[in-house]
Amino acid sequence: MTGSALRGAGHRSWRRHSAYLGVIPFGVLVLVFLVWPTYSVVTGAFQDSKGSFTISTVKAVFTDPEHITAFKNSIEVSTITALVGAILGSLFAWAVSTGKSDGLLRRATLSASGVLAQFGGVMLTFAFLATFGFNGFVTSFLTKEFPHSLFAHPDWLYGIVGLCVVYTFFQIPLMFLVFLPAIDNLKPQWREASSGLGGSTAEYWRRIGLPVLAPSFLGAALLLFANSFSAYATAASLISQGSIITPLEISTALSSETGAANAATAKALGFGMVIVVAVVMTLYTLMRRRVSKWEQ
Amino acid sequence: MLVVTAYLMTPLVAMLDFSTKIGRGRRGIFAWRAIFQQPDLLSAIGTSLELALIVVFGVFLLVVPTIVWVHLKLPKLRRPLELICLLPLAFPAIVLVVGVARTYMWISIHLSESPLTLAAVYLVLILPYSYRSIAAALHSVDVHTLSEAALTLGASTGRVLFGIVMPTIRAGVMSAAVISIALVLGEYTIASLLNFQTMQVSINLIGQQDASIAVAVSLGSLIFVFVLLVILPTSTGRRTNVLEASE
Repeated sequence: MTGSALRGAGHRSWRRHSAYLGVIPFGVLVLVFLVWPTYSVVTGAFQDSKGSFTISTVKAVFTDPEHITAFKNSIEVSTITALVGAILGSLFAWAVSTGKSDGLLRRATLSASGVLAQFGGVMLTFAFLATFGFNGFVTSFLTKEFPHSLFAHPDWLYGIVGLCVVYTFFQIPLMFLVFLPAIDNLKPQWREASSGLGGSTAEYWRRIGLPVLAPSFLGAALLLFANSFSAYATAASLISQGSIITPLEISTALSSETGAANAATAKALGFGMVIVVAVVMTLYTLMRRRVSKWEQ
Repeated sequence: MLVVTAYLMTPLVAMLDFSTKIGRGRRGIFAWRAIFQQPDLLSAIGTSLELALIVVFGVFLLVVPTIVWVHLKLPKLRRPLELICLLPLAFPAIVLVVGVARTYMWISIHLSESPLTLAAVYLVLILPYSYRSIAAALHSVDVHTLSEAALTLGASTGRVLFGIVMPTIRAGVMSAAVISIALVLGEYTIASLLNFQTMQVSINLIGQQDASIAVAVSLGSLIFVFVLLVILPTSTGRRTNVLEASE
């Protein structure tokens, strides 16, 4: 009797542990292509060429004026495009939300936003070259009509200003996608209750609408910041000379063939980026937690 | 709203205008026809489509079953799995490249130089999006009861996974697949820095010689993915889940 009980226990524990076998293939994939790279970037930033611990690379990278400028530019571009994108995107979401909830307009805008927000990259660059580039749509029009205006000389497109304009183009659809559910969550009963108690439209927005939406708005803006901070493809295809933002610097450090020291520089820069994004994403998660209170 | 729509539409119209211009005010579809005379571009497009297909299979055969498996059998691993799946969000692609560069050097020496090996890192890249949509779908149905009922009736584990649970969360799986296709076809960072010729890398290269062809391909692929996003969710008979996926 003891024997069979023992065997039963053994069988059960085998069954309990055999369940873990099911996650092994996935575990291997994640280990090789996610956990190991993460580990190698973080530790690589603190290693010298012989593999022993040093903070000199990180220190060198973050005292070099060139890297600091790039980092500042990155943060500046991300902040501007996140704010502009968040404001325009939320207004757009509000406009669409007043329409029918399963109308064609809504479905088309959702899909179009999905394409523009996720698919962007290189193609957006060409879209903007076709618009504002030397032979572009708007440029040719403006050169003809206002030959002395700023837009007639499209050099601006290939610098920080250009980056902001192009990035905003994918920030607005992303904001729209993220913010639309929040607006849909504003319950019509709140508005009825507010006007039933004698509140005006302005009072409704000031006392109820905006306070409820504020955490969603901030959270989405943080997501937009991280999105544009991490973006590389657009910048790489738009700007061929000079590395004015951090992602471009990383690629330069990776692809130039001047020696192994650069791999450490790339890792140190990458480490800096991860810290910024990690802080932003943590704040985002905290905001989401506040938001979920209203989503019942 | 009009301003925003104008801002979003102008570049698209400009792309059409630009790609059909053949100088001195005349128009033609020259650039569009030229797409088919670029063997490098065509093979790169082929590579990207194959990659998208492999990644979708990876989602169906590896990512979805693992998430379902953990959901059913290993509730203890649910939080760690969520954390791992969301990690790529905090890890910009440009930084991920730095980390996998060595691995890919090893792979190209010892295993294969094929650009299709990119599928592995892409599968990691799409984890946050696929996790969100699948987890949302799993929450909306009682998979536990379903799978227990099936097991009691004598179905095998594989049958439960692929025959019963997957069809139930079809909407979530489909939206994960759609978002994966869009991401793989649009990915540039990793492919270009690891020196693989995918669609985006090729478009960028061509753009430096003949912008109008690059603009034509860009517009074409934007439209292609747009159509994909509109058609696929409706063919599964459910509301589009792009929302949950990209949130």
